This record gives sequence, structure tokens and C-alpha cells, in this order.
Amino acid sequence: MPEPAAVPDSRIAVECRGIVKQFGEGPRALRALDNVSVAIRENEFFTLLGPSGCGKTTLLRMIAGFEYPSEGSIRLHGEDIAGLPPFKRPINTVFQSYALFPHLTVWENVAFGLQMLGRPKGEIASRVAEMLKLVHMEELAQRRTDEISGGQGQRVALARALAPAPKVLLLDEPLSALDYKLRKEMQIELKRMQSETGITFIFVTHDQEEALTMSDRIAVMSKGKVLQIGTPWDIYDKPAERFVADFIGETNFLPAAMVGIEAGLARVRLPSGVEMSATLADGYVPSSEATLVVRPEHARVVASGGQLSGLVENVVYFGTDTHIHVRLDEGFTFMVRQQNSRSQSCGAEVGARVGIEIAPDAAQVLRD
Amino acid sequence: MASAAEIARRDEQGKVRSRWLLSAPALVIVFIASIGPLFVMLAYSFMAKGDYGDVKPGEFSLDGWFSVFFQRDIFDDTLSLADAHLSILWRSLRLSVITTVLTLALGFPTAYFIATRPRHTREIWVFLVTIPFWTNLLIRTFAMQQVIRNEGVLNTLLMWLGVIQEPIPIMYTDWAILFGMVYVYLPLMVLPLYASLEKLDFRLIEAGYDLYAGRLAVLRRIIIPLVKPGIVAGSILVFIPSLGAYVIPRVLGGGKNLMLGNLIELQFGAGRNWPLGAALSITLMVLVMVAMLFYVRNAARSGGGHG
Repeated sequence: MPEPAAVPDSRIAVECRGIVKQFGEGPRALRALDNVSVAIRENEFFTLLGPSGCGKTTLLRMIAGFEYPSEGSIRLHGEDIAGLPPFKRPINTVFQSYALFPHLTVWENVAFGLQMLGRPKGEIASRVAEMLKLVHMEELAQRRTDEISGGQGQRVALARALAPAPKVLLLDEPLSALDYKLRKEMQIELKRMQSETGITFIFVTHDQEEALTMSDRIAVMSKGKVLQIGTPWDIYDKPAERFVADFIGETNFLPAAMVGIEAGLARVRLPSGVEMSATLADGYVPSSEATLVVRPEHARVVASGGQLSGLVENVVYFGTDTHIHVRLDEGFTFMVRQQNSRSQSCGAEVGARVGIEIAPDAAQVLRD
Repeated sequence: MASAAEIARRDEQGKVRSRWLLSAPALVIVFIASIGPLFVMLAYSFMAKGDYGDVKPGEFSLDGWFSVFFQRDIFDDTLSLADAHLSILWRSLRLSVITTVLTLALGFPTAYFIATRPRHTREIWVFLVTIPFWTNLLIRTFAMQQVIRNEGVLNTLLMWLGVIQEPIPIMYTDWAILFGMVYVYLPLMVLPLYASLEKLDFRLIEAGYDLYAGRLAVLRRIIIPLVKPGIVAGSILVFIPSLGAYVIPRVLGGGKNLMLGNLIELQFGAGRNWPLGAALSITLMVLVMVAMLFYVRNAARSGGGHG
């Protein structure tokens, strides 16, 4: 699923270019964001993914207008908004803590933005009704916000942010306070609402699974930098850097020697001496050594043959699949994930000598 | 042998008895120090006045209450409203309301400023606000006199700056009383306001901005409703002592600009009319109670009452 090289400007909803956010001055200054550029398309579910402290929330707050960049520009449909206060941006936020107004009812919370925009009363009433219906909260409209549950609070926060029909909706880890089952439900709900309303969603999370299941595209961030932007498939299967590969899902890293590059594909020599072809990460800088990444499910344990060989160290049964840890002859551990089927076992016994067969095109050469 | 239920019942009785016994000292103090004197006042207001002050204990009379509102002409015995008392009453009410409004206007930004400082600096600011309490009220009032008198700090400064050519006479006017009361009662407004603002979740303010509320709308629709308990408490704490102020109008208002507190003092002192003094005191109390009831109910109705 290769990305189109250029997106026409008219389809870009939010464009951040060269964003720097620095706290403090001099040698002790902290760079929360370091030259960050992202272009988020219209009607896209875009996720900023990274561990806490990576700058994803700072970037979101900058798009909302709660923080101002030290350098760089933020454009909304081509218009520079970096200097506008939050109440002049057609962008709404669903806060991590929901930040519902405790002195207002559910209905009044949802109506707040429309009232501030000075919409006529009749329009407000019908819009609020519509929003409460969208989030299934019609019956609790007159409740106070301390009389509803966390999941319901989440829905009200969503309805409140969607009511003024913003061009972009920002969501700051909105599901992190919910329990597992509710979170799964809300993930599906959010996706439904995004396609129903056609609004661009920018979603912040540290949960890689959440990011993979919900997003159209993901930007992986670490230490104030964007490491990779791509579809969930790109991010998972073709990670550009070690951090991305490691942060998302489980993976195997293999040191390899670079033999040559032909037609965009690399020829590498594995520690076992076997040569194979591998895809190259974007922005790869040629060098004689390479780090290869292979997802556990893209390899297979075979009785003999394969590109690698070693002894089975551990076999862990997970119900749907089995993880087989193999100690390679060169001393590394390699993990293989095999789907279980009713008719056959994975065919590996602890201590057995096996080969590992890597699927064609499953190996990727990292940039770092 | 007593049953378990019996023991439990006796135990419960014992607990109730010891509870009363333990709270008895407090109850005695409350009765002697606050409720008792009120009854004495009430009784005095219905007695005839003695010739040299005091009251005639056995003699029932409505004269005290009568002269709160009316006066009898000494020559032709015609009745008329007690203009002097009513104008003092009116001035007291007016000055107290203005004081409350001014302390709120000055106290709110102050409290907001303190509440938005980093945690450890907040404590220093609160501490600074309480410093005036270390000095006696009388001394603080005299200090205020030094500021506002014709040759005082304020007039000297304004003349030096060339804003005015001649000193503005402030002393012995209602303005002087107002200056004094705002200065003295400001901390009583700032502290409860700060207590409310400190608990305010500032993320709600961000949410307001996010939902297209400008700065004024955020103040009006979010901050004020949420800190209403602090506004109510501060207003009560300022309004009640303002209405009964005695030292401030005496020192800064001179002899002409009396407030209720001075009028009452006059009846127990030079006026030698204790029943009238007692009746005036109770009038003041009723006034405060009515004003508070009206205010609190109004505050509760207009939005929230929650937080």
C-alpha cells in the first residue's frame, strides 16, 4: 500500500511545518518539539502515537491554540492560524479528563459552544438533540455531569466537541480512563462517528493497538520528533527506525551485512551467511552494515532448511497462536509466531534443532 | 443476666449521656456569650429608660422602639418620621453595599492572581494578605487617616505629580469612610475568594476557550458560576461588619457622618437612652438577616449553587 507522493494542497486540513517548541533558554532549554512537520488530510483519522513525554500532546495543544510554537507555522486549509487564540479556531477538543462543566447539565454542556457562537435558539435545540442522539445520551440530557458514569461523560465530551461542527476534532487520549471493554466499544463508536460526520479527527494515544485499529494514518513520535508517518500497514510492516519497530508490536532485529542495492531492494547477508533480499526504509543512508527487522508472524519454523537455524528454547501457547523462541546459532534469540490449527501442532519441541524460513519481502532494512 | 440487646441499649444511653456531658461546656459558653446577651438586649428594648442611662427593670415601655422610627415634636407633640435615624440607616446600608461591591471588584483579580501562581509562591501571597490583621484596627484606621488627610500621602503625591493644584478634602466625608472600610475589609473578601479559585479546575477554562468563549464569556459563564460560593462567603464577611462598623466612621468620618454603630454607641453613652440603643441594635441585626436571606437565596437561584 504505497503512499501517493504528493497530496494536492486543497485536500490538506492541517499542516504543521517546522514546529519547534522550546521551554526555557540557554543550555538547559527543553525542546518539547524539534522541527516537526505533519500534513493531515481532510476527513482523515490521523493518530499521533508515542510514549508519554514524546511531545504528542504538546503538538495537539498547539493545533488547538493552548500553546504557541516557538518556531514554525500551523495552517488550517491553507490559512495560518498559529497566532489565533483557541476561541477563534474552528477546531474543538475532547479532553483527556473530559473537562465537562460541573455547573451545567449534559444538555447545557453540549449547547455551550453553539451558544457562544451566537446561533439561534431553535437551531441550538435541534443540533443538541441531534448530537445527543449520535452519542446515545438523549435520555440523560437533564442530568448533571456528576450524575453520569465515566463512559457517559466521554460521550458527552464528544457530543460537546462535535456540536459546533468543527473542521477538525482533536482527541487527547480520550479512552485512557475507560476500562478495557468500554474502550473497545468506544473505539468502534469513534470510528463510526468520524465516517458519519466527515470531520478530520486528530487522535493522541500511547496505545499502539488502538492506533493501529482506528487510524487512517499514524505519526510515530519520540523525544519531540516525528519518526515515521504512514498507514497502520506501513508503520507495522515497514518500520523506518528501530524505535518504531520496537514500540509497535513485537519484532525481531537481526544484524546483517549490506551486499548491494538493486531496483530499490537491498541484498543482505544474514549472520548465517545466507543472502536474501529486503525492502529499504525511506531515507535509508547507504552503509556496509544494516539492521534487519522481521515480524514474528512473517517467519516459519521448518524442520530443515530456511535462512536461519537454531535450537528451540521455549514454546508459549496463546490460544489463537503459538510463540516459538529459537536460539540462533549466532547467539541471538528469534521469535516466530505461528497460527494454531486444529489438525496439526506447531511441530516444534523444546531443544529441537530447527530452521527458520523468512517469507519473501518480509525483511526490512532500517534507517538507523 | 442482662440480654445482649439490653446491654447494647444501656451502652447507647450511656453514650448519649456522655455526649451531652462532654459538650456541656461549649453549650454553656455559647449560651452565655452569644445567645444570652441577645435576650438581654431584646428585654432592654422593651423597658423604660432610666434617668441617668440604664433601664427601669420593671417598667414595660415601647418608647425605645417607637423612637427608632418616629420623633415627637417637643412643642406641639406632633409625630414625624425620625429623619436623623433613617438617614443614618440609609447611609449605613449604602456605604456597606458599595464597600462590598468595591472589595469584590478589587479582591477578585487579587485572588485570581494568587490562585494562578505556582504552589509555593501562593502561600507567600496569602501570608502577605493576612499581614494587616497583625495590627489593631484602630491603629490601621489612624494610618489610613495619615494617607487621606489634606497634607497626607495621597494628596501630597497627587499635587507633586501635578494632577491636582489643591488638596482634595477627603477626611470627614463618606469617601473617607469608604476608603477605610475597603482597606480594612479587603482581606476578608480575598481569602474566601482565593479558597474557591484555588479549587477551580483550570482545564475547564481551556474547555471554554476551545468552545468559542472569549475571555469575558469564560469569566461570566464558567469562572464566576464555579466560584460563586467564595463570592457569597466573601460578600457576607464584608457586608456584615461594614453595616455595624464603628471605629472607621468614628475616626475617618468625624462627628457628622455617623453610621449605625456610632448611633447605637451614642444611645448607650451620651444619649442615655438604653432602650433606644437596644432597639437600634436589634433593628441592625434584623436588617443584616433580611439582607443575607435575600442575597443567599438570590445567589442560589441564579445559576448553580453548586461547587
